[in-house]
Amino acid sequence: MGDWKTITVPVLSPDSQNIFPYTSERRTSPTSMNSQVLRLSLPSSKSMHSFFSAFCTEENIEQSISYIDRELTTMGFPSIYAESKGKELDLVSMVNCMNELLVLQHKNLRAQEEIEIQHLKLGSDMDHLQNCYTKLKEQLELSKREIVGLQERDRQLQSKNRNLHQLLKNEKDEVQKLQNVISSRATQYNHDMKRKEREYNKLKERLHQLVMNKKDKKLAMEVLNCVGRADGKRGAWRTDKTEARNEEEMYKVLLSDYEQRQKQLLLENTELKKVLQQMKKDIISLLPPQKQKPKERSEDGLVLSDQEEDIGELNKENMWELSCETVREQLTNSIRKQWRMLKNHVEKLDNQVSRGHSGALNEKDVISREDHELETGKLELEIQQCKEMIRTQQQLLQQQLTCDDDTTLLLQDCYLLEERERLQEEWRLFREQKKNFEKERKSFTEAAIRLGLERKAFEEDRGAWLKHQFLSMTADCKSENVKTPSAFLRSNGLQFNWCVSLLGSDPDIRLVRSASRQRRPPSSLSATVSPEPCQISQYITQNSVASEKPAADYMPNLWVESDDKEETE
Amino acid sequence: SCVQHRLVVRDASSLQILQLYSCVDQIQYIEWSSDSLFILCAMYKRGIVQVWSLEQPEWHCKIDEGSAGLVASCWSPDGRHILNTTEFHLRITVWSLCTKSVSYIKYPKACQQGVAFTKDGRYMAVAERRDCKDFISIFVCRNWQLLRHFDTETQDLFGIEWAPNGCVLAAWDTCLEYKVLLYSLDGRLLSSYRAYEWPLGIKSIAWSPSSQFLAIGSFDEKVRILNHVTWKKITELEHPAIIASKKTIVYKEVEKSPTLGTERLSFPPTRALASSLFSTQSKYDICQVPVSLHYIKPVADRANPKVGVGMLAFSADNCFLATKNDNIPNAVWIWDIRKMKLAVVLEQLCTIQCFQWDPCQPRLAVCTGGSRVYLWSPAGCVVVKVPGEGDFQIMALSWHPSGDSMLLLSKDHFCVCYLEREEV
Repeated sequence: MGDWKTITVPVLSPDSQNIFPYTSERRTSPTSMNSQVLRLSLPSSKSMHSFFSAFCTEENIEQSISYIDRELTTMGFPSIYAESKGKELDLVSMVNCMNELLVLQHKNLRAQEEIEIQHLKLGSDMDHLQNCYTKLKEQLELSKREIVGLQERDRQLQSKNRNLHQLLKNEKDEVQKLQNVISSRATQYNHDMKRKEREYNKLKERLHQLVMNKKDKKLAMEVLNCVGRADGKRGAWRTDKTEARNEEEMYKVLLSDYEQRQKQLLLENTELKKVLQQMKKDIISLLPPQKQKPKERSEDGLVLSDQEEDIGELNKENMWELSCETVREQLTNSIRKQWRMLKNHVEKLDNQVSRGHSGALNEKDVISREDHELETGKLELEIQQCKEMIRTQQQLLQQQLTCDDDTTLLLQDCYLLEERERLQEEWRLFREQKKNFEKERKSFTEAAIRLGLERKAFEEDRGAWLKHQFLSMTADCKSENVKTPSAFLRSNGLQFNWCVSLLGSDPDIRLVRSASRQRRPPSSLSATVSPEPCQISQYITQNSVASEKPAADYMPNLWVESDDKEETE
Repeated sequence: SCVQHRLVVRDASSLQILQLYSCVDQIQYIEWSSDSLFILCAMYKRGIVQVWSLEQPEWHCKIDEGSAGLVASCWSPDGRHILNTTEFHLRITVWSLCTKSVSYIKYPKACQQGVAFTKDGRYMAVAERRDCKDFISIFVCRNWQLLRHFDTETQDLFGIEWAPNGCVLAAWDTCLEYKVLLYSLDGRLLSSYRAYEWPLGIKSIAWSPSSQFLAIGSFDEKVRILNHVTWKKITELEHPAIIASKKTIVYKEVEKSPTLGTERLSFPPTRALASSLFSTQSKYDICQVPVSLHYIKPVADRANPKVGVGMLAFSADNCFLATKNDNIPNAVWIWDIRKMKLAVVLEQLCTIQCFQWDPCQPRLAVCTGGSRVYLWSPAGCVVVKVPGEGDFQIMALSWHPSGDSMLLLSKDHFCVCYLEREEV
């Protein structure tokens, strides 16, 4: 048997379609077959033909047919020989076999195509991947190089940083050293200076001694005549008393300076405290909206009540102890509290405004802003009024501060002032009236004096006339001894008065008269004036007099001026 | 005024010569006594002080220090004692004109302001140095008795000054050490202030007239103000070269040469024309901020460098403070003390020589060595030229105590500038 050698024929030229992907070569003893088969490896159409013809020649038909049959049977095809054991070919089976072989060939070709396509695809994929791979490799290389470069730079920078740190440290050390050097040099210089100064002092001392020794005997100072002291006093000896006085004066000067400064500081303090108080009140007055919602914020209510308490307390305290530590703290703390509240309030308002700005057209907001503006206007007015009130109050308080330190007295004083002013007005009117009354009374008294004189004259005449009559009447009766004409007159006057009163007293007359007073005739009016100088002891305005008294009753002068007035007019 | 060895006394309003006195030598220093009755003339070379009386021209007094020499001389506040400082500051001799007696104060300190009198003339503080330590002695001027003697914690006391209220004494150290010590009248140390340690320290100090503030000008171009209640710094006023604040007014002196029409030239030129040709007028212009001022970089290796705030003065009504920064030598800085802010800067064309406040009003007079004096007040500022031919280089100026006139001094001339009062 020959060795079967399978030779796979590689890709053959495209023009030869009928290619056997492989041929199984039968290595027979005839080497010519082999060489022929070997020659088959060179694909060419000619060779194909020669191959076709080389395999089966007229001599070896039987062999070749039996060979083919064996191959076919090994491949699974039915034998091409007829059933019988003759060497007759079964054509049908041979055709079938050939068809099968053709189909197989087609299949194989298709498979090959597919495989080739796949192969191509794979090849291109591979190329692509290779390209990617190379690119990535390049990129990797690049980034590696970059990394290396950056690392290098980082290293360099770090080293630079370290160098700079080192330099800085060196500089600092140098600076420190220089400072040390400076200080050491300074101390050295000081030391040297001191040494030189000591030498210098020694020289000076020596020189001084020499100078003092060598002092000129002549007067170092010649003055024509001594001048009096500027303040005219004589010079004082140096004693302990004068020393003590010097000290005293010095301390007095210092003390007065300190006192002055303290006064200034106190004034400043009070001013500032007043300003703080005012500010506090302003702040409180600016925070009314929060007062309206006491339920919502209970702490506000508490704070407000605290505030009011504080105000009350501080107003009282302000007047008494102005520099008390606790009062000061209270004041500043309360102001801080209120300022914070005001700030919060303003911030809230700001937020509201900003929300109103940024939000959509919300009517509610717009209205509330208008309302808010109105309210702020109202609040401002309120603030102004309050400020004015506070200012006036402050002024009054300041005035009060200078004289008295008591609030109640202050208040009372305010009222008293008003009252006093009113009273002063009334006093003024009063005095005017009094003056007027005085004037009138003077005129009246003058008139009355005149009237009195006239009346006296008249009375005298009447008296004379009555006397005449009397005498004529009582001519036969014994006439009494007449002492003096005046006494006679007087007694007569008395009697006459009595007579007259007996004759008819005018009930309208409401006067009390003295003995020397003389009456007018009843027909004339009543007011009589004593010839003695008027001594007005009292006068009662529009008072009714002690009622009419009988003529025998001699009382001191009592005037009823209004009546006089009425009656004399 | 004194000329060589003659003393000339003039009337202040008319400049008429009232008296003429002759001294034995060239006069270096003259001073009026506090009651304006006497004048002392000090001749340092001869060591002689001569005193003249205005009331009695024949009265004379001569004080001879002899070989002790004379370095400084001044009146005591009562006008009857003369304090002479001998050479090398060996001692201070107190000569009494009333009793012809002498007292000595030993070991006085040789420093810029070693003797300070209180404003009311009651006390005198003297800086002393014994055994390399600084001391201050306070004397009662009435009887020259020692009241207090205490040591100070300074390295090298540079100056002392009483506060105007007479109750606080400020003592400060040399510029190598920034230290201000405040002592009360009875010698207690009230407070000490030190702003920094190593750089150069205090250059100038001024009290405010109400004794409320103490202004300290230092070499770092800043003024620090301490308040009298806590003696702590309330503010630092800086003097930068560029002014950027909008609220500061900057007046700049601007020179303009007068323009002449050519047809007005005549030959030979009249005197007035000549002077006006060569004289330049200057006026103030208001500059818009930011303004950068002319700045001089100081020389680094010299002693007493021209750096820092060298001149400080408060106005009489306590409202303004005028300062000069030596780095920026052409400018006067005027600070509003009520707001502690820079109110005005006056920039001149030349270096400021001297400025002084009017004793009555907030008015500042500045001179720069030229022939013009500059006046500033809150209402505005004005340039006044000294009339006359030639250059009158004003080196110093001094106000009359009533604020109505001003003395302008040049090297060898002086003139009086009268200011008109506004008709109210």
